[in-house]
Amino acid sequence: MRPDTARRLLETMWRIRRFEERVAKLKRQNEVHGLVHLSIGQEAVAAAVCCRLRDDDAVYSGHRAHGHAIAKGAPLERVLAELMGRADGLCQGLGGSMHLVDVEHGLLGATGVVGGNVPIAVGSALAARLRGTDQVTVVFFGDGAAQAGHFTEAVNLARLWALPVVLVCENNGFAEFTPRSAHTTIERVSDAVAPFGFERDTVDGNDVEAVWDTFGRFLEQARAGRGPLLLECLTHRLRGHYEGDAEAYRAAITADEWQQKDPILRFQRRALLAGWIDEADAAAIEREAVAAVAAAERFASASPFPSPELAARMTYT
Amino acid sequence: MAHELPYIAAIDEAIKLEMERDPTVLYFGQNMATTENEDFVTSFGHDRVRVTPISETAEIGIATGAAMAGYRPVVELYMAEFMLVAMDQVINEAPRFRYMSGGQVKVPLVLKAGYGFTAGWAGQHTGTLGALFMGVPGLKVAVPSTAADAKGLMATAIRDDNPVVYLHHYLLTLEHGEVPDGEHLVPFGEAAVRRTGGDVTIVGTGWTVGKALAAAERLAEEGIEAEVIDPRTLAPLDLDTILESVEKTGHLVLVDQAPRHSSVAAVIAGDVAEHGFGSLKAPIRLVTALDTTVPYSEPLEAYVLPDEAKVVDAVRKTLQTVSA
Repeated sequence: MRPDTARRLLETMWRIRRFEERVAKLKRQNEVHGLVHLSIGQEAVAAAVCCRLRDDDAVYSGHRAHGHAIAKGAPLERVLAELMGRADGLCQGLGGSMHLVDVEHGLLGATGVVGGNVPIAVGSALAARLRGTDQVTVVFFGDGAAQAGHFTEAVNLARLWALPVVLVCENNGFAEFTPRSAHTTIERVSDAVAPFGFERDTVDGNDVEAVWDTFGRFLEQARAGRGPLLLECLTHRLRGHYEGDAEAYRAAITADEWQQKDPILRFQRRALLAGWIDEADAAAIEREAVAAVAAAERFASASPFPSPELAARMTYT
Repeated sequence: MAHELPYIAAIDEAIKLEMERDPTVLYFGQNMATTENEDFVTSFGHDRVRVTPISETAEIGIATGAAMAGYRPVVELYMAEFMLVAMDQVINEAPRFRYMSGGQVKVPLVLKAGYGFTAGWAGQHTGTLGALFMGVPGLKVAVPSTAADAKGLMATAIRDDNPVVYLHHYLLTLEHGEVPDGEHLVPFGEAAVRRTGGDVTIVGTGWTVGKALAAAERLAEEGIEAEVIDPRTLAPLDLDTILESVEKTGHLVLVDQAPRHSSVAAVIAGDVAEHGFGSLKAPIRLVTALDTTVPYSEPLEAYVLPDEAKVVDAVRKTLQTVSA
């Protein structure tokens, strides 16, 4: 890995981590209104996938979208303003945490209905095919989505039409509050699509290098028009399904286990060992993330609430 | 200049003209490979005319994604009920994106489906579902009752930047009518006054427009002149034309093939009760289907549906109410 790539991945992961930790606090203070799902622990997937993409590649996300938005290039301050329901939010406060859209950076949609984004993303890939461009669409979804009928329907058509879409599954082992084993006998999501006969793989999603390498290979295939592909990333959601979830359904991870699993600390150790960064760089990267989040919060807090008439005006174009 | 066409062919004519005019218009459907669609495939090729599996959710979702990325898909769904398989995409995805993105994206999509096939098709293929879609902010709903409107509303639907549910009535499929040649656009939100009269206002949609007109002719023999209004689109709804007519007649009869509690008639009745109460000389009367599933057996089917005699009866009753 090139040192600048390692630095960029680490920067992106720290920005997501510090951002979401701040969001958790702002949620408790009621500054962030509504339902919030955090991706703390899953940052490696968002960073490795989105840092590989161009602005004109499309990303579709779901209800746990903050990391994808930030990694795809959405400005922190506008993401936070959206979460706080402000006029300068990405979507002028009309979408919120589960529906982040930033067309300028290729984040085309985020849906709050599990798996509802998969057919839509396949349609985005169809558009690229019809236009004759080499744009690729990536759709993020959890392991829970793979049991939904719309997932299989969309995969079938993506394969039938050989569309340039990479399906990225963030398998954190829990569909909302329920372990995968209670929902299906298929352990790996990558095996669920086996009959379609396209390339698929399962990697350690907390190993940013593994995601970077495998996704890079998949992206090349999709760019060359050899889609669809599916990348399953095994990961760990450190927090509950949503902020406020009491998590009675699972045992907390121990501090020692987390030290080994945390995708950021793990990659930081690796980068130091490889000499891609030094201790001073590591400290600076984290510090910069904290400063960027603080600046975003100042911006978002100063942003006004949207004018109420916006609520009535936006229904039709 | 005009030419005569069956209602169903007028729809095809509009789609063909729009596909010729705009290369971003796509046409999806489960039976696009059959001979009746050969003309579309020959003219526009399989890139634009796409055969889809029986996967309504994926068809509509993919069309939504393509629409957000710059295309204008028309999805042929055959039966309005088949859209119910894809409720998430129809109700909770396509019409939400523009709004939730703060106007960053648009979804120019047409969901084309037939409805109301009350000709022995029984409980699952005969629904009149317009009011369901009318209640979804972000969706527009077109319900043509003539061949000319079938063409003009489809052309407008394809050019609209919002998702449109275009519902053509199966019992009108082979009804012939004069259709304007070439480009023909019928604006959304403009009702058509099909017959003028000063005694009572009758509103119908789709197939019930014909029932209302037939009833009006019978009433004319008794010296009662009915005004018959066809809203043509349910969303947007041209309430002004209805209110103006009620101001003149003082009496309103709403005819709808849907069960009363899921009818457009009930929605219009509420609007007129709020905004036109001062004009009414008698209570509004609704002639709808009964709140039942549509039965199979022919006399039972007729029993639950509105018809000409029920409309005539409702008009007489509303006029008697004032004289009593």
